[in-house]
Amino acid sequence: MSALLTITDVNKSFGGLKALSEVNLSVEQGSVHAIIGPNGAGKSTLLNVLIGKLIPDTGAVMFDGVSLLGLQPHEINQVGVSRVFQTPEIFGELSLIHNVIISTLASRDGAFNLAFWNRVDEDAEITDKAEELLADVGLLEKKDMISSSLSRGDKRRLELAMCLVQQPKLLLLDEPTAGMSRADTNSTIDLLKRIGEERGITKVIIEHDMHVVFSLAQKITVLAQGTPICEGKPEEIKGDPRVQEAYLGGAHL
Amino acid sequence: MNAAIATASSKAQPHAGEAPPNKGADLRNFAIFAVAILSMPLWLQPLGVAYPAFMQKIAIFGTLAIGFNLLFGLTGYLSFGHAAFLGVGSYAAVWSFKLLSMNAVPALIFGTLFGGLFALAIGFISLRRTGIYFSILTLAFAQMAYNLAYSVLTPITNGETALQVVKDDPRVLDAMFGAVGTSSAPVPNLFGMALTGDAGLIGFYFCALLMIGAFYISMRIFRSPFGMMLRAIKTNQQRMRFTGLNPRPYALAVFVVSGMYAGLAGSMMAVVDPLAGAERMQWTASGEVVLMTILGGSGTLIGPVLGAGAIKYFEVKLVEYNKTKLGEIFSFLPDSISDAVVSVSSLFVGGGWHLTLGLIFMLVVIFLPGGIVQGLGKLTSWVRRRTSSSNSASSKSADASQPAE
Repeated sequence: MSALLTITDVNKSFGGLKALSEVNLSVEQGSVHAIIGPNGAGKSTLLNVLIGKLIPDTGAVMFDGVSLLGLQPHEINQVGVSRVFQTPEIFGELSLIHNVIISTLASRDGAFNLAFWNRVDEDAEITDKAEELLADVGLLEKKDMISSSLSRGDKRRLELAMCLVQQPKLLLLDEPTAGMSRADTNSTIDLLKRIGEERGITKVIIEHDMHVVFSLAQKITVLAQGTPICEGKPEEIKGDPRVQEAYLGGAHL
Repeated sequence: MNAAIATASSKAQPHAGEAPPNKGADLRNFAIFAVAILSMPLWLQPLGVAYPAFMQKIAIFGTLAIGFNLLFGLTGYLSFGHAAFLGVGSYAAVWSFKLLSMNAVPALIFGTLFGGLFALAIGFISLRRTGIYFSILTLAFAQMAYNLAYSVLTPITNGETALQVVKDDPRVLDAMFGAVGTSSAPVPNLFGMALTGDAGLIGFYFCALLMIGAFYISMRIFRSPFGMMLRAIKTNQQRMRFTGLNPRPYALAVFVVSGMYAGLAGSMMAVVDPLAGAERMQWTASGEVVLMTILGGSGTLIGPVLGAGAIKYFEVKLVEYNKTKLGEIFSFLPDSISDAVVSVSSLFVGGGWHLTLGLIFMLVVIFLPGGIVQGLGKLTSWVRRRTSSSNSASSKSADASQPAE
């Protein structure tokens, strides 16, 4: 399998604090790759480097033959990277269907399009596709609701629908089940699994919850103090003494 | 204030499912709007304001507010500098009268164009910031424009005397077509049809048709993909960027469109009264359009026009009153009380009408954050509930199915 995303020798310091040091990581096409690590390990910094929010001091980030460094967030999305946030980021004042329509328009018409004369509701190509995706995540009957009134789990579903409608090559998931009830967590895991199987989208998951990580990931990288300390299949990671050391100071996982 | 308005308007949003507007409903509403505006000379009669000067004002400020609402109502960017574009539009129109022709068409075109060009320059810089910093930047630019118009730009603006049309202006186009030679000061016309002076209602219909056109364009923008992106800017710029959309060009584009609306309104002012003064660019004028939009209901199609109408109506009506008139009204009271009542209430009328406007504005923002439009919506749903419950007064289930508000 070929690597879709390659991170090479990335370093990032904030003043005297070395947030990322010599990070090397490669995510294979079609895989589900989890990045875990204790608080302050550099997971969020790494994610912010991937999406163009932070520029690393040294190193390279290559995605599908394109360097992501120096690109604006919207340009990174346009090359095929979508992102789900820790707190679902949706257009709260708009209806569900409009949320998905915006994302559908963005993937069809690009970063800027001055189409001020045609009506959105008469563009069947866009509305049909948006409804199809809402149906896929089970939100079609709520399509005219204002999205800020949704539950946390439904907001996550909506956010996922907005990402999926763009048919991304890579989906970044930042703690996709943070702050959710157990029931919402499980249904989100099921949804993510189903999406993975149906669409074959490569996913990178950053997560605290080991239940989520071990249910989804095919490969896990453990970060500690800004460096990957080990990488492997879930079973291998579970038993690795270095991981237990990093997480629990030597206690057993 | 920005944050307060944002929360208020989100509160005004319905949370239940609501059918989205379709083309048929839009066309019907547009037809109602057009008929209502064009029949103003009839239905404003009982209100005592059916004279052309007042109705022209409604059309002009309505256009200005419709354009302002495209920026503020959709994107949430609160500009405090729209008076600058209004003033620029007026100056451009008067120069068109002086240099080219007394025909209103080139004046409107140049007014709109220059409003847009100024908005492009000011917006390009101001849109680097959001929220209060954006507002302050636009305010600063507008005040600069105002002060420049009074000082170094006097050759263009004619400073305090205001820019006026005089008999000896070149008017190359008019000269070419031999349309000169009147002894009195020339008046703006539409291919020979006079729009001011003895024109009566013609000037009003001219402005009204322009506003109806402006309203139609605004409606198309509201329903378009472009308009949807503008709402996305207001709601969540972070999500917008990570959805592959660049908010900056969208915000700049609507800022320019909004500036063109203001330029158009400014040139309409020049058409109905062919002079342009710098006071048109003062910050109070910028503030007025903000009040109109919020009072009527920002982010709604019709709200800005209602707000413009309401404020101009109060202005005319309250300025009419003075101490003598109030004395007559309260003459039924004993003298000592009547004197006190008159002296207190006189503070709120005449030159002090802004005090009343301020009170009304406070009440609306606190109790009807969605403006007049929200008020009307509440009223119709209340009436509907009253009629439906009186129809089935006996059945308790009908009452129970109506949720308490």
